[in-house]
Amino acid sequence: MLAVTTQHYLILSFLLFAIGLSGILLRKNMITVLMSIELVLNSVNINLIAFSYQWSNLTGQIFSIFTITVAAGEAAVGLGILIAFFRLRDTTSLERASELKG
Amino acid sequence: MKELLWTIPLFPFLGALLNGVLLRGRIGKKAVTAIACGSVLAAMVTGALVIGSYLASAERRLPAHYGFDQEVYTWIPAGLLTTAAKGIVDFKVAMGFFLDPLACVMLFVVTFVGFWIHVYSAGYMAHDDGYQRYFTYLNLFMGAMLMLVLGNNYLVMFVGWEGVGLCSYLLIGFYYKEEFPPYAGRKAFIVNRIGDFAFLVGLFALVANFGTLKFSALFPAIAADPALALTPYHFHLTVAGFAALCLFIGAMGKSAQIPLYVWLPDAMAGPTPVSALIHAATMVTAGVYMVARSNVLYQLAPGVSVFIAVIGCATALFAGTIGLAQTDIKKVLAYSTVSQLGYMFLAAGVGAYTAAVFHLVTHAFFKALLFLGSGSVIHAMGGEQDMRKMGGLRKYLPTTYWTFVVGALAISGIPGFAGFFSKDQILSSVAGRGLWTLYVVGLLTAGLTACYMFRAVFLTFHGDFRGTEEQRHHLHESPPVMTLPLQVLAVGAVVAGWVGIPAALTFERFDLNVFEHFLDPILGKVKGLVPGAPHVGLGVELLLIGLSVGVAAAGFGIAWSVYGKRGLAGGEAWARRLPAVQRVLVNKYYVDELYDATVVRGFWATARGLFRFDSSFIDGALVNGARNLTVAVSLVSGVFDKYVVDGLVNLVGWVLGRFSFLFRRLQTGYVSNYALVLALGMFALVCFYFLFQRG
Repeated sequence: MLAVTTQHYLILSFLLFAIGLSGILLRKNMITVLMSIELVLNSVNINLIAFSYQWSNLTGQIFSIFTITVAAGEAAVGLGILIAFFRLRDTTSLERASELKG
Repeated sequence: MKELLWTIPLFPFLGALLNGVLLRGRIGKKAVTAIACGSVLAAMVTGALVIGSYLASAERRLPAHYGFDQEVYTWIPAGLLTTAAKGIVDFKVAMGFFLDPLACVMLFVVTFVGFWIHVYSAGYMAHDDGYQRYFTYLNLFMGAMLMLVLGNNYLVMFVGWEGVGLCSYLLIGFYYKEEFPPYAGRKAFIVNRIGDFAFLVGLFALVANFGTLKFSALFPAIAADPALALTPYHFHLTVAGFAALCLFIGAMGKSAQIPLYVWLPDAMAGPTPVSALIHAATMVTAGVYMVARSNVLYQLAPGVSVFIAVIGCATALFAGTIGLAQTDIKKVLAYSTVSQLGYMFLAAGVGAYTAAVFHLVTHAFFKALLFLGSGSVIHAMGGEQDMRKMGGLRKYLPTTYWTFVVGALAISGIPGFAGFFSKDQILSSVAGRGLWTLYVVGLLTAGLTACYMFRAVFLTFHGDFRGTEEQRHHLHESPPVMTLPLQVLAVGAVVAGWVGIPAALTFERFDLNVFEHFLDPILGKVKGLVPGAPHVGLGVELLLIGLSVGVAAAGFGIAWSVYGKRGLAGGEAWARRLPAVQRVLVNKYYVDELYDATVVRGFWATARGLFRFDSSFIDGALVNGARNLTVAVSLVSGVFDKYVVDGLVNLVGWVLGRFSFLFRRLQTGYVSNYALVLALGMFALVCFYFLFQRG
């Protein structure tokens, strides 16, 4: 039976991060992008908790709770912007949000 | 007692203050009358006491005595002044008063006649709405007149001089709701202003040369050393001549002499007692008083004196002839006043100052009486002034009738009455100096005077009544408050002349000419203008007196034959026979029209020209020009701003815009792109970290 070490957690965290990042970069739907951002944040959380477990130091776990809280706020703001944008453009496609084009 | 001198003008001023300011509109007519008449009565009583104590004082008999001087306070401390006589002097003018025999005479006449006219006014104005206003002005006038008469220097005199002018203006325009009186008031004020301007110039000349305006300093200094007064000055005149001429031009305005007499006939628009007080008895004689007061100057200026005599004589004749044809009873008296003032100036001009002042006094009595009599007539006729609508009033107004006749006899120079003595003194003085042309004109005027006065008497009081039935119904004698002053002044019009009975009438056995001796200290040292005795011989003088009485009688005879026997029809018959003369006289020689065409029109034309200059040059060329220039400059400046300054600004923006395309490409606006850059940046950081960790 393979013991679950910190390394395994790091690999899981990396995979989650890679999936999240690719989702952010490749998907055109804002909701998907927001969900991908959550994935990235959670991969970081896993990292923090893994190291916290390894060093028997609770600081990392407390930090991850902060991250979840901030992520909740971020999701609320992000969804608010999304709804406002949807009302304006009748779509959630990121390609239509190009007002800042120089 | 004589120290109370300065309080005399204060009484009427106080009355004016009470009636005009402090108690305005708060008291009834009785209280107004009490204040107004009481203040003048107080001035008269104080004046009498002051005169009495002055005449009794011992210092008056000293040879060096000049007069009683009283300075209340320093009024104008003007500071250092360079004068021709004394170099640099500290010029000061005091609010001071002065009493000498001449001032005594004037003080008595002004307060006495003034008081009785105040009493008369209480009856005449009884039904007028502006009762309190009227008495305020009248009291103010009395105060100003007393300042004029009692001032110890020319400047205090000038304050009074202007004050009476102001009151004259206010009282002429008293009926301000009508159209003509305010116009007449303005006319009087403006014509007087012309004279006053010259008067002021005269005062400046005196200050610049002698450094003082005080009578008791100025005149003795000039008399003692006339060298400076005789040095040449402006207009080919001596200093004395220049000052004398300027002062006389002032007197021309105030005392209604040619060419500034035009205001006085129009001044009759005021209430009749005002005409009596201001425009007959007191204010208009101020010029004569001033010339008599300044006799030292006039003696040193024989040319100016002759000019005065000629002007006076011409005015006397000129106004007398106009008086012949006037139909308004007050206009007749007004021209008569102008004529009599001419007489006074004739006397003053030939150096007979005593005679001039004597005539001033008697004239004050009989002319005030005549005016008040005419006021009584107008009162009875309900405001009617046209003599053609009167006639036969003898029956209805007995007291007015006999007092008016006394006045007419006095002014005509009938022996025994006041006018006879004074007029005779003037004519004999003129004759005594050998000025026969002036004498003949004066004599002719005496005849004219008798003629127009009795014309007025006959037209007003004799014959049949020519007014309406309604007027006849209302005819009544005036109340006692009006007839009493008439009676008092009638007595004055008789006895006022008795103080100056000429020596010739007593065949030079008695010296009864009290008046002349009284004024001797100030006016007696006058040298004749023309060498020779100021008085002619006894025989000639008696002949002259007979002649003047004869001429007066002839004037009376003409009036009787034309108007006395045939009434108005007689006059109209003559008017038909001489239509041209009638037209010229009724229209007063067209002088008003002449002035209107020249002076008034000229003034208007000048004003209009200046207005055009203002509107075209000042407004048009300068103001509008400046505006147009500003607009043009700002246009240029606007173009510069728009194309040069803004152009530079826009150029900067344009250049930046052009060169910004390189960086603009980075901003795709797609969040994914930004996220990719973010990720690449992170990757780069990580690579960087590993590279350095190894190296």
